Amino acid sequence: MSVEEPYITLNNVSFSYGNNLVLENLSFSVHKGEYLGIIGPNGGGKTTLTNIILGLLHPMTGTVTLFGKDHHDFKEKYRIGYVPQRVAQTDKDFPITVLEVVRTGRIARIGFLKRFSKKDKEIVDRALDLAGIAKYRDTLIGDLSGGERQRVFIARALASEPDVLILDEPTVGVDIAAQKTFYEFLTSLNRDHHLTILFISHDIDVISHEAKTVLCLNRNMVCHGAPEDSLNEEVLRKLYGDHVKNISHNDHNHA
Amino acid sequence: MLDIFQYDFMVRAFEAGIAIGIVAPIIGMFLVVRRYSLLADTLAHVSFAGVAIGIFLSINPILSAIVLSVVAAFGIESLRNSGRIFGESVLALFLSGSLAVAVIILSLAKGFNANLFSYLFGSISTVSLSDLWVTLGLAVVVFLGVIIFYKELFFASFDPELAEASGLPVKRLNIMMVVLAAIAIALSIRIVGVLLIGALMVIPVVSAMQYGKGFRTTLMLSVFFSLLSVILGLFASYYFNLASGGAIVVMALIFFVASLLIVKK
Repeated sequence: MSVEEPYITLNNVSFSYGNNLVLENLSFSVHKGEYLGIIGPNGGGKTTLTNIILGLLHPMTGTVTLFGKDHHDFKEKYRIGYVPQRVAQTDKDFPITVLEVVRTGRIARIGFLKRFSKKDKEIVDRALDLAGIAKYRDTLIGDLSGGERQRVFIARALASEPDVLILDEPTVGVDIAAQKTFYEFLTSLNRDHHLTILFISHDIDVISHEAKTVLCLNRNMVCHGAPEDSLNEEVLRKLYGDHVKNISHNDHNHA
Repeated sequence: MLDIFQYDFMVRAFEAGIAIGIVAPIIGMFLVVRRYSLLADTLAHVSFAGVAIGIFLSINPILSAIVLSVVAAFGIESLRNSGRIFGESVLALFLSGSLAVAVIILSLAKGFNANLFSYLFGSISTVSLSDLWVTLGLAVVVFLGVIIFYKELFFASFDPELAEASGLPVKRLNIMMVVLAAIAIALSIRIVGVLLIGALMVIPVVSAMQYGKGFRTTLMLSVFFSLLSVILGLFASYYFNLASGGAIVVMALIFFVASLLIVKK
C-alpha cells in the first residue's frame, strides 16, 4: 500500500431500508492521521454509514475500499476499532470484568486456536493504562459510571491496535465533566499516537471544536472540509431545516 | 467404602452424573448471559421426542435424542436468523411441537409408562453401560468444543455486534453453541430428566452470578455448584429412594438460596 492511499474510500455508496433511502451516492475518503467528524440529524444515515464501513451492512450500490482492498476481500477487520453508541447502556448484568472486556479487543487479532501471549497481555495492559482505567481492571463493568464504561470500550478498541478508531455518539449518557476529558483524550490519541479517528455525533458544537475535518450527512453529503469553511448557515439549513439556524447562532455566541 | 458404590449401576450413575455436572452449567452459562435459557427447556423437549422415536424404533433412545435435538438446533437457529419469527416464538414452537410429536409416538407404541417416567424426571438405576460410554464420549466433545473456542464464544455472547465488526464468524459460532447445547441436553436427560435439565443448566449459573465475579470465575463457580448438586443429589436419590433429577435440582436450589443469603446486595 502506498503512503498516499487512503485508509477508507467510499465510491457512490447508496443504501436503503426497504423503500427508505438513507444514503445516496456517497463518495469520500479518509486518510491516515485524519480526525473526521461526521454530523447530521437523527435518521440522516450516520449509523448506517458506520455499519457499512464496519462490514455489518453491505451497500446496495457503490464500492467500499478499506486499506486498498475491496471490503468483500478485507479480512483484517480488527484494524478498524469501533466504539459503539450504546456503551453507556451496555448490559449491566453481564458478569464481566473490565479486563475481560478489554481483552476481547485482541481476540480477532490472535485468531482461532491460539492463546493470549505475553505480548497480547502487555498490549492489553497498555490499553488499560492509556485509557486511565488500569485501577478498575478487576471491577465488574456494571459497577462503573457511564464515563468510565466509555473508557473501557475505548481501551477495548485500542487493544486491537487499530489504524482507525470509529466512535458512534460516544458521549451519550456520559456527564459533561467526563466528556471534556474524553475529548482531550481523543485529541491526544490523534495527535500523539497518530490514530485516525472518525467521530460520529449529532452535536455540531463538539464536532466543530474537536475534529480537523467535518462531513455533513443528511442522506447525501451536504459538506466536507475544514469545520470553519464548511459549517455555514446554508449547510446547517440543509441538515436541520430552518428553525435550527438561530439556535446554532446562539451557541456560537456563547463559545 | 460406602455401600452405595458396591452397585455397578450407582457407579455408572455417578460417572455419567459428574460428566453432566461439568458440561451442563458450562453450556448454561453461555445461554443465561445471552438471555436464552429457554433454549435448554426447548431442546430438552425435543430430546424427549427423540427418546420416544428411539423407543418406538428399538434403538438407543439417547442416540435418537441427540440426533433429533441437533437437527432441531439447526432448525431453531436458521428460523431465528431468517427474522420471520421472533426468537422467543421459535422456542415456543419447537417446545410444544416436539411434545406433540412425542405424545403421538408414545400413543402409537403402548405400554412403556414406567420407562417414560424415568426419562421425564431422571433415573439412576437405568444408566446402561452403553449409555455411559455415549455420555462420557460426547461430554468430552462438548467440553473440548467450548474450551477450544472459549474466547470466541465468550466474545460472541458478550457483544455479537462488536464480535462481528472485528471479523468473527458470529453466526457460525452461534450455531456451534446451539449444537453443543443440544448434545449436552440430550445426554443429560437420562439422569436429570427432560423436565429438569433446564434447571441444572440455569440454577448453578444464577447462583454463581450472585458473587459478582467476572465471566471466567463465575463459570468455574457454577461448575462447582453443579457438581456438588449432582453428587449430593445422587446420594440423596439412593438413600431416600428419590427421583435423581428432582434430588439434584433441589440441591441446586439450596445452593442458590444460600448464595442469595450469603451475598447481600
